[in-house]
Amino acid sequence: MPMLPPVTKRATGWRLFLMTVMGRSYPRVVGMQRETSWMFFDTFLPMLSVAAYVFVYRAIKAPEDYVGFVVVGGAMMAFWMNVLWSMSSQLYWEKETGNLALYIISPGSMMAILLGMAVGGLLATTLRAVGIIILGSLLFSVNFVVASFWQLILVFLLTMVALYGLGMMTASLYLLLSREAWHFSNLAQEPVFLVSGFYFPIKNFPSWVPIIGSIIPLTLGMDAMRQLSFASGPSLGWVSVNLEITVLVGLAVVFLVAARFLLSYMEKLAVREGRLTESRS
Amino acid sequence: MENHYAIETQSLGRIYKVRHAGKKETKTLTALEGVDLQIRKGELFGLLGPNGAGKTTLIKILTTLLAPSHGQATVAGFDVSKDPEEVRRRINMVSGGESSGYGLLTVRENLWMFAQFYGIASKEANARIKTLLEIVGMADRANARSSNLSTGLRQKMNIVRGFLTDPQILFLDEPTLGLDVGASRDVRNFIHRWMGDDPQRTLLLTTHYMVEADELCARVAIINKGKVLACGTPASLKQSLQKEAIFRMDLDCPRPLEETQFSGLAGVHSVKVHDNEIKTVMDLVLAEESVLAGVIAAVSSQGAQIATLQKREPTLEDVFVQLVGQRMEEVEHADAPSGD
Repeated sequence: MPMLPPVTKRATGWRLFLMTVMGRSYPRVVGMQRETSWMFFDTFLPMLSVAAYVFVYRAIKAPEDYVGFVVVGGAMMAFWMNVLWSMSSQLYWEKETGNLALYIISPGSMMAILLGMAVGGLLATTLRAVGIIILGSLLFSVNFVVASFWQLILVFLLTMVALYGLGMMTASLYLLLSREAWHFSNLAQEPVFLVSGFYFPIKNFPSWVPIIGSIIPLTLGMDAMRQLSFASGPSLGWVSVNLEITVLVGLAVVFLVAARFLLSYMEKLAVREGRLTESRS
Repeated sequence: MENHYAIETQSLGRIYKVRHAGKKETKTLTALEGVDLQIRKGELFGLLGPNGAGKTTLIKILTTLLAPSHGQATVAGFDVSKDPEEVRRRINMVSGGESSGYGLLTVRENLWMFAQFYGIASKEANARIKTLLEIVGMADRANARSSNLSTGLRQKMNIVRGFLTDPQILFLDEPTLGLDVGASRDVRNFIHRWMGDDPQRTLLLTTHYMVEADELCARVAIINKGKVLACGTPASLKQSLQKEAIFRMDLDCPRPLEETQFSGLAGVHSVKVHDNEIKTVMDLVLAEESVLAGVIAAVSSQGAQIATLQKREPTLEDVFVQLVGQRMEEVEHADAPSGD
C-alpha cells in the first residue's frame, strides 16, 4: 500500500487563482493577529502623534473638525505604512527567506500572490485603523457628521483598491531590488505624510502640491472622506468628491493593470538576470 | 513518440555578470557550461559536486527560476524557457537550510498555505499533511509555530512541503544539509519510500555527501566548475577505478609529508595526504599493487612509520579525486569562483 495516495483533484484557472489569493492572505489575516503586541504598537503608539497634532490645533484654536481630520489621518496612515513596508518591499523579504522562489515555481500566479498579500494586509490593517478611529474619537470627542454613508464606503473602498494596486505595482518593481528596497521605502515614507495631508487639509497647499500628491490615492481618498464625514468638511475640501471618486477609479484601474504587466515583465527580467534568488546582476 | 526522459538538457550553460561594489566594470562568471543530461522517468538521479560546482544553478534553471544563457532544457517534456507554466504544474523543490513559510503560522498552516498554491482542496491537503507529518514523526508538532522548530524539524517540514503536492518531478537541493545523522537517515528513508510508491516519479537530488549519492541514487553525475565530468551508476563509476589498487595508510610522522614527494613515483595515479589530530592519513590510487613497495620505501625514507595499511574498494570520493585531482573538501576550500 502506498504511503501517500496521489492527489485526486487539482484546481486550475480562476479557482486556483482564488485559492492562491486565500492561501497568501492567510498569514496576514491570522498570523498578524497572533502577536497581541500589535494593539500597543499599531494602535496606541500612532495615537501619540495624533495627540500631538490635536493639542497643537486646540492650542491655536483651529476649527474643532481639524481634530477629526487628524484622527482620520492617523487611521489612514496605518494603510500607507502597510503598503509601503508589507506590500512594496515585501518581495525583497520573501526573496531573503526563500519564499519567493517557492511562489514562482508554484502553479499559482504571482498576481494572485500579490493580491493575497494585498487582501490580507487590507483586512489586518483595517482592524488597526478601526482601533485608531475608535480610540481617537473617544479620547478627543470627535464629532462625525456623515453626509452620505454609502458614498463614504465607496470612497474608502476605491481608495483601498487604488492604494493596494499601487502597492502591487511597486512590489513588481522591487522584484529586482536587493537591500536598496529598504532605502526606497524609507525615502517614500515621510514626504507622503506631508503631501497627502495626513494631519491637515490639503487645501492649505498651493494647488500643484496636491496635484502631484494625487498619485498617492490616499491624498484624494482622505480629502473626500473628510468632506463626507465632518460638518465643515466640504468647505475645507480641495476639489469635489465626485471628481475625486472619478480620479480614484482611474488610479485603481491604471495601477492594477500596470501591476499585471509590470509583474510579468519584471519576473521575466529577474529570471533572465538571475535576481529571483540572489543579488547578482 | 513518447518522451522517456523526465529531464533533458542540451549544451546547457549559464553565465553571470558580476559587478563588485563600488566598481563600474562587470566580470563574467561561467556557472554552468555545456551540460548534457538525460534523466529517465522514474529515476532517482544525483548531482554530486562541491559547493560552487554549479549544482544549484542547474536546479534553478530546471525549476524555471533562472534562464539559461545558452542551450536548452526540458522538464516533463516542456521547455523551461518557453513553457515555464507547464513545467511548474509538474514540479516541486526543497532546498537544504531553507527558511520558507512564516514563523507566526503553525506547521500545519504553513503546509496548507503552500498546498493552496497548487490547487489542492483544503480537505485533501489537511489529510495529506496529517499523513506526511505522521510518516516523518512530526504529528505532535502539527500545531507548533514553525518559528519554534529546531533546524532538523524545520527541514522535515520543508521536505513534507515538497512531497505534499505529489509532483511528477521533485528537485531536492542538498536536502540533508545541516541535519544530524538520525534526521538525515529519516529523510533518506522517506525518499526511498516515496520513489518506491510510484514508478513514474522522478527525483533529482543534489548533494556533496558522497555516501548519500551512493546510497540513494540510481545514477550520478559528477559536476565541478560548471561541467559534468562523469555520469553513470555509482557502481559503474567506481568500476572505472576497479583496475587500479586503492590503499589507505595511517602514519606516524615526525614531520609533515608533502604529496609531491610521492606523486612523482612511477605507477602512483593519485596521492592525498591529510592530517587529523592523531595521525596522518595517506590515500593512494596506484596502477597496480606492486607499486605499493616503492611508496612504502618512500614513506620510510621520510622517517614515517606505517600504523595501519588497508586496501579498500573504490568509493565515489575516489572517483571524484581521480576526475578532479583534489578531494571535494579541498575544492570547496580553494578560493574558486562560486557558481552556486
